[in-house]
Amino acid sequence: MELKTVQTRHVPVRYFEGGPPEGKTGPALVFLHGAGGVTAEDPFLNALAASHHVYAPLIPGYGDSEECPEIRDMLDFTLHSWDVVEALGLKDPILVGHSMGGMIAAEMAAIAPNDLTRLALIAPAGLWDDDHPIVDMFATLPFEMPQLLFHDAEAGAAILTAGRNVEDPGFLQAYLVTNARQLGMAGRILFPIPERGLQQRLYRIKARTVIVWGDSDRLIPPVYAHAFKKGISGARLVSIPEAGHMVIVEKTAAVVEAVEALG
Amino acid sequence: MKFTWFNLMPWPYLPDDFREKNRSVWVDIDQKLFDPAKSHEVYNTYMDLLEYADTLGFDGVGVNEHHQNGYGIMPSPNIIAAGLARRTKDAAIVVLGNSIALYNPPVRVAEEFAMLDCISGGRLVAGFPVGTSMDTNYCYGQIPSLTREKYQEAHDLIIKAWTTREPFAFNGRYNKLRHVNIWPRPIQQPHPPVHIPGGGSVETYDFCIDNTYSYSYLSFSGYLRAQALMSGYWKRVDERGVDKSPYRAGFAQTILVADTDEEAERLYSEHVSYFYNRCLHVYPGFADAPGYRTIKTIQTGALSQYAPPRGGYAELTWKELTEQGHVIAGSPETVRQRMEDLIKGLNVGNIFCLMHVGNMPADKCMYSTKLFAEKVMPKLRGMFPDWADDNRFWTTPLDKRVASGRLPKEAPTGAELARTYGVEA
Repeated sequence: MELKTVQTRHVPVRYFEGGPPEGKTGPALVFLHGAGGVTAEDPFLNALAASHHVYAPLIPGYGDSEECPEIRDMLDFTLHSWDVVEALGLKDPILVGHSMGGMIAAEMAAIAPNDLTRLALIAPAGLWDDDHPIVDMFATLPFEMPQLLFHDAEAGAAILTAGRNVEDPGFLQAYLVTNARQLGMAGRILFPIPERGLQQRLYRIKARTVIVWGDSDRLIPPVYAHAFKKGISGARLVSIPEAGHMVIVEKTAAVVEAVEALG
Repeated sequence: MKFTWFNLMPWPYLPDDFREKNRSVWVDIDQKLFDPAKSHEVYNTYMDLLEYADTLGFDGVGVNEHHQNGYGIMPSPNIIAAGLARRTKDAAIVVLGNSIALYNPPVRVAEEFAMLDCISGGRLVAGFPVGTSMDTNYCYGQIPSLTREKYQEAHDLIIKAWTTREPFAFNGRYNKLRHVNIWPRPIQQPHPPVHIPGGGSVETYDFCIDNTYSYSYLSFSGYLRAQALMSGYWKRVDERGVDKSPYRAGFAQTILVADTDEEAERLYSEHVSYFYNRCLHVYPGFADAPGYRTIKTIQTGALSQYAPPRGGYAELTWKELTEQGHVIAGSPETVRQRMEDLIKGLNVGNIFCLMHVGNMPADKCMYSTKLFAEKVMPKLRGMFPDWADDNRFWTTPLDKRVASGRLPKEAPTGAELARTYGVEA
C-alpha cells in the first residue's frame, strides 16, 4: 500500500493505494475505514489488493491528514466522499465501507443511486433500534475496547496494543491528540447516537449490495444486519461465525470472498 | 477584592459505599440515590445559606450549572438565582454560569439573564462556560468537536441581543432567527459583566482578553496546583499588552474556618472526605469526549481536571488535602495567611469561596462562613490597592433598589383607595 494525496475542493486527502502484482489488473475498489482508522499494514486492504485496485482514503483528521472544519454533518461527509471518488478519477468503483465507513458508503449509495452498482457494507453504523442500543463508544475506555471489537478479546487486545508502550507519557500524549483528531471528527456523525436519518433513505439504494456481519459483534449487534437487509432491496447478508466487529481482521478471507462475489 | 460565597449544591446523602458500588457521580449516577422529598429541605437549606452569606457582607453569592450530577443538583442555576435576586439585598448574583451552547435558542440566556439583572436591580454577573464534557456532551448530547463553534455563535448572538436596540436577523449556522428583539434587556450597560470559567483551554485566554471578560479557573485541586495554569494566563495577558488587573481573573477555592486548626480538622474533615472521595468519583470515560478539547490545548498538557491525581483522591488525607492546598482550612490566621498566598500567587481579585463542602450541615457551614466574613475577609480586603477602582469586571447596580416584602400586610379598603386616588366615596 502506498500513501498518496489527492486534492479535493475543501482539503487535500490522504489515501492508500495498492493493487495486484505486475501484469495483473483488478476492478477499482474504494474502501472507507471505520472510526478506528486504517493503516498501510491493514490485512483486509492488502488482501483486497490481491484482486482489486484499492483506494482507501482517510477521513480528514485521520492519520497524518489535514483536518477539515467544513465537514460537519452527514451530508458534508457524504458529498466529501463523492468528491474524493471524483478526484481519484473513478467511475462506479466497488464501494466498501466498514462501521463508520459503512454508514458513509450507504449514504453515498442512497444520495447518488445511479452512480454506484456494487456496494459492500461491513458491520455499518447508521441505524438505531431502541430495543438494541449500541454501546457508547465515546464513553468507552481503551481497555474495554477489545471485548467490544473482537470475538477473541485476548487476541484482539494483543492486536490493538502491538508496538505501543502504554506506560510512556509521550505515547499517552500522542494517543490523546490522535484520539481527539480522529474520534473528534468521527463524533460529527457518530456522537452521541450513530444515526443521522439513514433509515428513511435506504430505499433509494440501487446498487447490488452485500451486508457482512460478524456473529459475535458486540459493538453493533447482528440484529442491525437484518435491519439493513430489510431496508435495502435485494441485499444479500453474509453472517460470519466466530468474528466480532473487526470481522475484517478476524475473518479477512471470508469478507474478501463476500466482496468478490459482487463481481 | 471580591469574595463570592459559592455553593455547588452537593447531594448530601450519597452512601458510604458509593465509590465501591457506583461507577460515576455524574452522567449515569443511580436515580435511586436521589430522594425528591429529602431534596425539599436540601434545596431550601442551601438557598438559606446563600442568603445568609449576603447578610455577612460577601460581595457575591454564586451558583452554577451541572446536569445529572450528584455533587451539583442545580441543572438550572437561574431558578436559584431568581430566588436570590428577591431575597438578597446587596450581593452580586454571580451565575457562573449558563452553558450557552445548550440553550435553544441561546436568546433564552439573554432573556433570563436580563430578567435576573432587572429583578436584582443590576446585580448580575453573567458567566458563560463552555460546560464540562460530562454536562455538554454526555448529558446534553452536543457533538464534542462542534461544541466550541456552537458556543462562540451563542456568545455572539447573546451579546448582540443585549446591545442592539432594534430587531435584527441572525443567520447563524446553529441559530436561524429572523426577528431577534429581546424584551426585557439588562439594566447594566452595555451589558452585565461577563466571567468565563475555563479549565486551561488556551483559546479561552484570548477570548477573555479580547472582550474584557474575567477568566475564572474553577478547580477543586487548590491554588498550589493552579499556578501553572494561571501563570499561562498572565503570560498571555502580558504578551497581548493589556493591563494585569487582578480582576481579570477569578479562582475557586474550598475554604473552611474554625477557631483553631485542630478544631477545623475535627469539624470538617469528614465533609471534605465526602466531597473528594464520593462527589468527585467520575467515571474516566466521561471526563473528556474526544474532540471536546482542542488539539492545541491537549498539546499544552492541560488535561481534564476531572482526571484524579495519581493514586486518586480517596487516598488523600486531611493533612495532604490541606498541605497541598486542595482545601484551605484552619484558624482565621492560618486561613488568612494561605489566602494571601493564593491571592498574591495567582494574582486573582475574584475569589469564589467554596464554603459549603460535601455533606456539611448548615450549622457548621454558618460557623465557618461567619468566621471567614468577620475575621479573614476584612484583612484581605485591601489587597491590590492600585486596582481598587477597577470595576470593569463587576456589577454596577442601581443606587435605589427595592426589596421584596415591601407591600403592606393588608389589602386596602375601598375607602382608603378612594382617598389615595382622590375619588369621592
